[in-house]
This record gives sequence, C-alpha cells and structure tokens, in this order.
Amino acid sequence: MKAWVVRHLQVFFATLGELVHAPVANGMTIAVIGVTLALPATLYVGVQNLQRLSGGIDAAGQISLFLKRDTAQKEIDALAVRLRKRNEVESVSFLSPDAALEEFKRASGFGAALDALQRNPLPPVLLVTPASRHRTPTALRTLTEEFGKIGAVELAQFDLEWVQRLQAILRLAERGVWILTALLAVAVLLIVGNTIRLAVLNRREEIEIVRLVGGTDAFIRRPFLYAGTLQGAFGALLAWLLVAGTLALMSGPIGELGALYGTGAAAAGLGGSASMALLAGGAGLGWLGSRIAVERHLRRIF
Amino acid sequence: MIQFSHVFKRYPGGFDALKDVSFELAQGEMAFITGHSGAGKSTLLKLITHIEVPTRGSLLVNHKNVARLARRQLPYFRRSVGVVFQDYRLLTDRTVFDNVALPLVVAGVPARETGRRVRAALEKVGLLQKERIFPLQLSGGEQQRVGIARAVVNRPPLLLADEPTGNLDAALSDEIMELFLDFHRHGTTVLIASHDQRLIASSGKRVLELRLGEVVADHGGGA
Ligand SMILES: Nc1ncnc2c1ncn2[C@@H]1O[C@H](COP(=O)(O)OP(=O)(O)OP(=O)(O)O)[C@@H](O)[C@H]1O
Ligand SMILES: [Mg+2]
Repeated sequence: MKAWVVRHLQVFFATLGELVHAPVANGMTIAVIGVTLALPATLYVGVQNLQRLSGGIDAAGQISLFLKRDTAQKEIDALAVRLRKRNEVESVSFLSPDAALEEFKRASGFGAALDALQRNPLPPVLLVTPASRHRTPTALRTLTEEFGKIGAVELAQFDLEWVQRLQAILRLAERGVWILTALLAVAVLLIVGNTIRLAVLNRREEIEIVRLVGGTDAFIRRPFLYAGTLQGAFGALLAWLLVAGTLALMSGPIGELGALYGTGAAAAGLGGSASMALLAGGAGLGWLGSRIAVERHLRRIF
Repeated sequence: MIQFSHVFKRYPGGFDALKDVSFELAQGEMAFITGHSGAGKSTLLKLITHIEVPTRGSLLVNHKNVARLARRQLPYFRRSVGVVFQDYRLLTDRTVFDNVALPLVVAGVPARETGRRVRAALEKVGLLQKERIFPLQLSGGEQQRVGIARAVVNRPPLLLADEPTGNLDAALSDEIMELFLDFHRHGTTVLIASHDQRLIASSGKRVLELRLGEVVADHGGGA
C-alpha cells in the first residue's frame, strides 16, 4: 500500500516535471483546453445571473385591463366590483385616463409636449392583482386570456409577460449551454487525446523497452494518464480564471441591470460547487481522453 | 525449461527464418546457439520472450505455452527472463543507473533495494563508476555491458543473451563469459547466441548450430 502510494507520487511529480520541461507544447494544450472550457462556463454563469435577475423581479405580477375609451364610469365600477368578487383576484384598482396621463407626464419628462395634446389619448385602466395562489405563469396567462374576452376590455395585458418570455428564453439558453458543454467536452477529449497520442508516439521506443523488461500496461499507461489528467485540470483552472476575469469586466453592467430591476446584488461567480465541477470535469476529461488515446496506441505497439 | 517442438517462423513477407526447430534445454542448463549471420539465432531468442510468435509448432517455456500467454500475463512472464539484446535497447535519455534499474522499477521493488541491486549488477560488469552517465556517452562495449547488467539485475531464472560479447575485446569477453558461467553455476538457465567460436569452445558447453533456419548440429556439452 505504501509502496503503491510512493510509486504514484513518483509518477505524479515526474509528470509535473515534464509539464514544466516542455512548457510551450503543454502550455498550448492547456490554453486550448482552458479556452474551450471557459466558453460554456462563461455562458453558464451568464444564464445563471440573468435567471437570478429575472427571478428577483416581483413575480406577483399585475394584469392591466385597458378598457374601451367610451366605457361609462358606472360600467367600470360594476366590472371592478365583479372582478373583486372572484377568488383568483386579490385586489382591483382603477387608473383613470387623467391620472394615467399625469403619471406619464411625470415619469417620461414629456410634460410640455403632452400638454399640447388636444385630448387625452390614454384609455381607462383596471389594474388587477391576482391572489397569490394564481401567480404561477400559466394561471396568470389563463386569467389574462379570460379577462381579454370581457366586453368592455380592449386589451388585457400581463405586465410580467416579458419576464416570462425571458425566463423561457433562458431555459432554452440553459439547455443550449448543456449541449454546447457536451460538444466542447468531446473537443477536450480530442485535444488531450491528440497530445497524448503524440507523446505515446514520441516515447514508442521507451514503451517497447519497458514492455521487454516486464512493465505492465498499467505501468506504461500511468505517466500518460497523469499527464492527461494534469493538462485537463490545469486547463479547467485556466477556464476558471477566464470566467472570473470576464465576470470582473462585466460586474459593472450586471450590477446596474440589477439595480434597474430592483433585484440588486452584484454578479455571482461560478460558486463553490460549479467550480469544483469545472475542475473535476476538466481533470476527468483529461484522464478519459488520455486513457482512450493510450489504449488505442498501446495496442499498436506489438 | 525450454522446449521447442517443430517450430516454424515465417516473417511477414514470406521469409522462413526458422524451419522445423526442435530441441530442449533443461532447467539449469547452459547452451550456445551459433550459426552464420541470418541463420535465425535472434529470431529463436525472440520467440522465447514472445517478441515474435511461432508460425507453427509449439514452444514451452517453464511448461507454459508462450504463444498462448494472455496479454496481462506477459509482463510477469518477461520478468522471469533476463534478455541481453543484440542492439542493446537502452533508454538514451536515462542514466546508466536508471537503465539498469528499469526491470526493478517496473516490478515495484523498493528504492533502497533497487539501488543496492543495481550497483551490484554494475559492479559485476565493471561499470560502477559510470552510473550517472547517459548511454550515448559510452562506447559500444560499455553499452553492451549496461544491457547485460540490466538483464541480470533481478536474478531471473532464465537468461537469454544475443551476441553479448559482440563488441568486446577478448579479455572483456572472457570476463563476461565468466559472469554467465557464474550465473549458470548458481542455477540459472542460460542460452547465448554467439558466433565467437573461441569463447564457445573454451566454455565447453552445449552448442546448437543453426543454418538457414534449421538446427544442423547439437553437440552436448555434458555439464
Ligand atoms: N522483422 C523481420 N521481418 C522480416 N524478416 C526478418 C525480420 N527479422 C529477421 N528477419 C530475417 O530472418 C532471418 C534471420 O534473422 P535473425 O536476426 O534471426 O538472424 P541472426 O542469426 O540473428 O543473424 P545475425 O548473426 O546477423 O544477428 C534473416 O534473414 C532476416 O533477414
Ligand atoms: Mg542476431
């Protein structure tokens, strides 16, 4: 057991030494792996941050019912009462065209321009806040559709519709990131495989001699597996640094975005478990890629 | 120890290097294989360690059919056979010490034990003071002796040597031959391919003569 540990440590440090002795070739491989892994990792972080931002936006939602302009006040009041009675609805408030115009003037800064208007272009609006049980995206959508069919309603609009669209897009993007990750994982396998293949060919003579004096396949494989695993791990480390660097460059804008939507919080990095996954994934891919390459080429040497 | 029966070896390309070779070498016996260049001496030795496989016939080493050895058993089998190669087969980027240590390293022998045995083997071939040098800085004869040290370092029960004195002067050849005889006296089975008739005659051991891949003579040596 102790001898086994010592032997592995010897190979480990010998391999590390070789990485240092051939810094250009190994550095190139590590850089390619790093960039390859940084791409999906960066996208992952991006999607995670956007998801966090969009999730933080008040999901309570409000349904705006834009009423037909000629709807009588009595009719509007009756509709509000009717809506309030429904148990999907928590509250209903009325925004008259005049009040809406005032608010718009204040918020938009187009006050003077709007003063020039002959008549108020805005319709009366009922703002419906659904009960908390009905704030799921589908329930909100159903309610919005149903309200849209009411006679006096010109247009029913779910305010957070864009958030939902964004979330749907993010889910799609997330899936895209996974697919991209799978493809680039294959790329890493190929990169490591190719480097190890060249190393095996370079040391063909040595492998033959080790075989002649009774070296097992495991013994011959070991340094190549270490080399592949270390390259993968260092590549992952580089990817991690690239992600951290990218995030540092983007943290300003992301923070502003967060402030804009009231979700606050600065950009989040990869986080502990994702960082571990990245490192383990890089090392694992390096190991697997070298294992496949060594296996294929050892079969060809005798 | 070694049993050839009706062994044929045809190389890819159709050349018959060995034709119907049959002989036995008993445990603890020592013998020479001689014959003209291209007679098949190296081929015969290569079959014994499964570097090449027989085209026909059966070959038992230590009662094991070498050609049928499973791939995973081959390394362990090879550790029981010390081989001196005609072309030395040294690692040019490792020191003399590391080259000789290789059979012990692959077998997982502890470092201290390895150091002791490597120095003992280098001492026997008279290269102790060159342990830190690289093979290409050595003369042909010195490289050959590094190969011999590597073949004997783990005291294998069977020792094969392909022209082990090919690059050595008479005095050094005698010394190396004395080394092989010493191993033989300690119970090692020894098979040497050589065309150094002087050396073969002075040893008084059994001689197998190959001609064009066939055994044409087998004079028993007695002891
Ligand atoms: N790998 C090979 N492929 C094809 N032919 C080969 C191969 N190895 C050896 N031969 C042929 O087999 C014959 C026997 O070769 P071998 O090396 O066994 O001769 P040898 O008796 O050791 O000769 P020498 O005394 O010159 O070393 C030679 O004619 C050689 O050309
Ligand atoms: Mg030969």
